[in-house]
Amino acid sequence: MSCFQLDNVSYRYDKSPVLRGIDLTLEPGEILGLFGHNGAGTTTSIKLILGLMAPEQGTVSVLGGQAGDPQVSQHIGYLPENVMFYPQLTGREILSHFARLKGADLRQVPDLLEQVGLSDAMDARTRTYSKGMRQRLGLAQALLGKPRLLMLDEPTVGLDPVATADLYRLLRTLRDEGTGIVLCSHVLPGVEPYIDRAAILTGGALQAAGDLTALRRQASMPVTLSLEPAHGLSALERAIDRAGRFNGVMVKADNGRLRVDVQPREKMPLLQALFTSGELADVTIHQPSLEDIYVHFIGRGGLAHRGGKS
Amino acid sequence: MNSIWTIARKELSDSLRNRWLVAIARVFATLALGIAWFGAAASGQVGYASTPATIASLASLGIFLIPLIALLLAYDAIVGEEEGGTLLLLLTYPLSRSQLLLGKFLGHGLTLALATLIGFGVAGVAIALLVEDVVVTSLMAAMLRFIASTVLLGWGFIALAYVISVRVSEKPVAAGLALAIWFFFVLIFDLLLLGTLVASEGQFSAGLLPWLLMLNPTDIYRLLNIVAFGDSGQLTGVLSLGTDLPVGAAGLWIGLVLWFVVPLAGALALFRNRRI
Repeated sequence: MSCFQLDNVSYRYDKSPVLRGIDLTLEPGEILGLFGHNGAGTTTSIKLILGLMAPEQGTVSVLGGQAGDPQVSQHIGYLPENVMFYPQLTGREILSHFARLKGADLRQVPDLLEQVGLSDAMDARTRTYSKGMRQRLGLAQALLGKPRLLMLDEPTVGLDPVATADLYRLLRTLRDEGTGIVLCSHVLPGVEPYIDRAAILTGGALQAAGDLTALRRQASMPVTLSLEPAHGLSALERAIDRAGRFNGVMVKADNGRLRVDVQPREKMPLLQALFTSGELADVTIHQPSLEDIYVHFIGRGGLAHRGGKS
Repeated sequence: MNSIWTIARKELSDSLRNRWLVAIARVFATLALGIAWFGAAASGQVGYASTPATIASLASLGIFLIPLIALLLAYDAIVGEEEGGTLLLLLTYPLSRSQLLLGKFLGHGLTLALATLIGFGVAGVAIALLVEDVVVTSLMAAMLRFIASTVLLGWGFIALAYVISVRVSEKPVAAGLALAIWFFFVLIFDLLLLGTLVASEGQFSAGLLPWLLMLNPTDIYRLLNIVAFGDSGQLTGVLSLGTDLPVGAAGLWIGLVLWFVVPLAGALALFRNRRI
């Protein structure tokens, strides 16, 4: 059973389309990164999966049921962007309140608070909490009742690097236990190592979805090789020229090294030619990062799509 | 039902924590005792006048105070959650919008009911104990009727406050509209009615006019607490129309109940159809 399945989902807000024909699935034990510029439709997608509103067209099925159904929402954990709580209540009171609403065991409240590092502050009113502490409490709230689907919107905002690392470690554990996780973030380098699949939205349409290797292939973006010459730059350049039946190879001098952008399939032949030439002292290979892939797919829509139509 | 109670419980503990409940109860008790002892001061004496006079004075004061307190208690029920950023999160829980609103109503309604019961109850007991020649049974009946109608009136205005709270998206707007509702029902409505009465010079349908009183819960409330003593002499101004009203006390009670059921149903419908 999928954690959620969107089939040809469209949604309109005041007649202007927000989502157009989205097909997206999340399986248990998978971390999906959901990316898009402001107004791309990521928030709307999340709201549809949470059952806060119904799609104009298409079907949304969540955990084998209908989105928004109480039996379904009981198994969903959600951390909204900029989570806020009742300032007059303590962390423990708030978490107990939400546990009761979710029908979760109240005994897990202190454990969860400890797990997110709030054990010292759990009896202080949340009025006194910092942004990071509110975020931790929000996370504890999302983890109530061992959710089978976890949706996190910018979970690392306000967290220090250690807490961020803790969070990702926790997410990996949950994933290995079979939880399906959706991560929405604009901090792409931060989430890149942790996601299994990425989905990129622009202007309400799904531009690309798949694991990073597939996305790189789909984008056919060049791999950048940074080459250190063994006997001088010009000798290395000549070696590349000799090897050079390559299309679209770019050569740039860069503080004593050569930067070469090469199509993925031409990478190995070029490297082999350079190894045999003996002109190569060292090489660093840069795969296109998630950020590069994101810019590639978003950029295709033109600048107009990148604006903040939030 | 469980989630309704969870929401209600939080509201109730909030009003205990911020001392709303205690404050309202204290205001009610002070008012009731003050009126009981000094209500007759205008006629040149200090001391307990009579049960009907005391209840009538209390009801006249109640129509100003109860709606105001109820509106203040409830106007930010939904818009406050929205501005505080918790509404979206709450709705992702296994909790329907109706359950959320009904839970709020139960919490606010209980707060007001408890405060009324404690405040006026204490005053009633004090009068029964301290005034020597008061007839305890008739005092108790009058007090119970007064407390019950006060609670119903308060619930009505809580429900009216919800209609605003689910509709607007900013707290100050909700507060302003709540004040406008108070103004309309407590001050303007009777003026309008009186104006119509005088301007029409009796040409206005005599059968219809008394029914107009039913359009204002505060008028129903006053009628209930004054008519019950069978002493129509106390009815002044527009309320004198009430003597022509073909419904008895039961009709007035039903009117008060409708005045919280209908706005509550309206608020539920508005909230369900609202886009989050």
